[in-house]
Amino acid sequence: MSELHAQTVAQVRDTMLPPVPPPRRETGAIRWLRQNLFSGPLNIILTVLAIWLLWVALRDVVPWAWRGVWRASSLNECRAIRDQLYPEGTSAACWAVLTDRWRQLVFGFYPASQIWRPPLALVVFLLAVSPILFARLPRRLLWLTPAAPFLIFWLLWGGTIWGPVAAALGFALGVAAFLALSRARYPILALLAGILLPVLYWSFVAGPLARALAGVAPLALPAVASKDFGGFTLSIIIGLSGISLSLPLGVLLALGRRSDMLIISKASVFYIEVIRGVPLIVWLFVAQLILNYFLPRGTNFDLMLRVIIMVTLFAAAYIAEVIRGGLAALPRGQYEAGDALGLTYWQAMQLIVLPQALKISIPGIVNSFIGLFKDTTLVSIIAMFDPIRMASSIRATTAWGGIYWELYVFIGLTFWVFCFSMSRYSIWLERRLERGHR
Amino acid sequence: MTIAQAGPPRQAFRLSQLLYDTRYRSLTIQVIALFLLAALIAYLIRNLVVNLHDLGKDFDFGFLNRRAGYDIAQTLIPYTNNDTHLRAAMVGIVNTLLVAGLGIVTATIVGILAGVLRLSKNWLVGRLMTVYVETFRNVPLLLWIILVYAVLSESTPAPAAFRGDEPEASKLFGLVAFTNRGTYFPSLVWGEGAGTLAIMLLLSILAALLWQGYARRRQAATGQPLPSLWVMVAILVLPVTVAFVLLGAPVSVEVPTVRPTGIARFQGGINVLNSLVALWVALTLYTGAFIAEIVRAGILAVSKGQTEAAFALGLRPGRTTRLVILPQALRVIVPPLISQYLNLIKNSSLAVAVGYPDVKATLGGVTMNQTGRELESILLLALFYLVVSLVISLVLNIYNRRISLKER
Repeated sequence: MSELHAQTVAQVRDTMLPPVPPPRRETGAIRWLRQNLFSGPLNIILTVLAIWLLWVALRDVVPWAWRGVWRASSLNECRAIRDQLYPEGTSAACWAVLTDRWRQLVFGFYPASQIWRPPLALVVFLLAVSPILFARLPRRLLWLTPAAPFLIFWLLWGGTIWGPVAAALGFALGVAAFLALSRARYPILALLAGILLPVLYWSFVAGPLARALAGVAPLALPAVASKDFGGFTLSIIIGLSGISLSLPLGVLLALGRRSDMLIISKASVFYIEVIRGVPLIVWLFVAQLILNYFLPRGTNFDLMLRVIIMVTLFAAAYIAEVIRGGLAALPRGQYEAGDALGLTYWQAMQLIVLPQALKISIPGIVNSFIGLFKDTTLVSIIAMFDPIRMASSIRATTAWGGIYWELYVFIGLTFWVFCFSMSRYSIWLERRLERGHR
Repeated sequence: MTIAQAGPPRQAFRLSQLLYDTRYRSLTIQVIALFLLAALIAYLIRNLVVNLHDLGKDFDFGFLNRRAGYDIAQTLIPYTNNDTHLRAAMVGIVNTLLVAGLGIVTATIVGILAGVLRLSKNWLVGRLMTVYVETFRNVPLLLWIILVYAVLSESTPAPAAFRGDEPEASKLFGLVAFTNRGTYFPSLVWGEGAGTLAIMLLLSILAALLWQGYARRRQAATGQPLPSLWVMVAILVLPVTVAFVLLGAPVSVEVPTVRPTGIARFQGGINVLNSLVALWVALTLYTGAFIAEIVRAGILAVSKGQTEAAFALGLRPGRTTRLVILPQALRVIVPPLISQYLNLIKNSSLAVAVGYPDVKATLGGVTMNQTGRELESILLLALFYLVVSLVISLVLNIYNRRISLKER
């Protein structure tokens, strides 16, 4: 049988055929192009449109930027160099305005001999927040964090160091009193002492103490007035102080809005809605023009400080709404678990609710921060020299009158780098905190 | 033996319970908070009264009825410089609402387009839209407004360049002329019989809606679908076109042209301030980038199983999008979209950077500087924005509640 069978089968292949390579159009670059750019009539049209758009957008801009002149001291000189280098009628950017005026764009009117101070202050700030932002860094860095605000203030505005030191001592006093008394189980007394002692200290002791210390050891930097701040230094100072102050305030407002206590929640709602309903520009005008009406006669504190306070109050309302979203997204069981464990309100919030709610709200919070940083440009409208106003004032000089794009392109790119890196950080943080349950 | 039914131990109320008993503590805290709030408000008002008294000012809105005495570059409602400050503020309000309304419409269109295209399978288009979104989201709006304004006022030709049979500059699509003196759009000229045409149009819209309603009811009752889209298009287009021809083209488009002699100036068409165009374009592109992200997130939030289920039921791709994906995506999209609209309205106050005469520039600008009434002007200004914001969020929240998931 088997023999017979073997005879009926004409041929038995005993080797495999080598695999044929896939058709040319299904491999490599061609396949990618076919799949991603030319997969159908609609896609072909879209691709052609996109290429045409890119061509229109870049055809003039790229050569203009590439040919740019980097060394000149005025627009006329810049144009003379351009006409020397290129045939007549060629357009070329005049980046020389940046090399010539970079100090104003970055530091404003900060005294030239002192411009090492703002970058140093930024470094101190970054060192102070880095242990909060990146958990891997040594915990010992946290000791710098409470001291940083005073150090930064001193570095930026100058003057004697003892003023900020004396002010910082007040906080230390308050915290020490609070901790000592709450350890002795007098919570109400601890709260009262924690608030009253520093206030008394600041009103009566801090001033003379600072003066006495300054007499003993005169440690001072040249003072810089607020009106000399400008350029990106100003944006970054307003932006970073607004960001770091508005987050705690926003958390409090969000908790207040969700509170069971009627008066607290209604007051928070009123505050949040009024702040959010009115544009920042109007609030900045309030800070500039009518805030003084509401303060005791003769108080006239710094415009920059007023703006920082206003920006903080403004951003806090937005952040409160973002965090409220995070709080609402938590399952009710989390709150009830806190109660069931016998935790007090603040313990439950601190240990159970806020860590989860803040994690959910990270993208929103960072978006608010980016918005806040971009909004610092609005101070140009109330006569502060942020980069945009600085650009206008550079354009008003005889040397650089008539220059437009180069300044704005630089300012835009710088803002873009800052904001884009913030948004990337938030994506990174979101991934790192992801616990895999959704 | 019976057990005595004893309630919780009754004790006389002690004062310390106000602090240590959670039943009463919240009351204490609220009373203290109320007291502190009232004290703060009283303090601020006292300062205000004292300061106003010392400056010899009073709190009075009478200035609104005085003559404004300044001209406004764009007036949609009749206004001359002899009108009152109140009228000037109204002109500003209308201008603000105009740019906000235009911006909302175009930003929505741009945003939806960009958001959908960003999800496109086409690699190049997707990347291009990502670049668009990231570029506009990460650079301040003020800079965009100034940049667009600079493009319009610096790189556009003077009206003289449009003169003659072979002008140096050309209009966009042969219709819109961008000049450094403003942008000129074509206008519609209403001739004799235009009223009839308008009535015809209204009637056809009504008929089309009636047809749609009938088709829907019939399908619900019998399960037989009627062709709805093509019939509606026909109802809308055919009668009006026939009437248009029969009436002898009563409505025509007038393209702006430069008058041939004298100082180069445009005739016909609608002249729009460059500041309005700059503000409009910048607001559109900036808010559009944010809306694109919202739309993209909304579409991605609908799980793939929904699409597959719809296909399994035999729905075509168009209907799947319209009946299954969109209603679910809208639920995610609408709430953040509302806040983008509100942002756009508030951002329109940046008009001050390019000199567009919005309410900030009239009431909070010239009027405030002329009369010296900062307090009253800014209060009114804030009130206006607050009312607009609250009204819009109210209306859109009602809409949102209608489309949101009905959980039972």
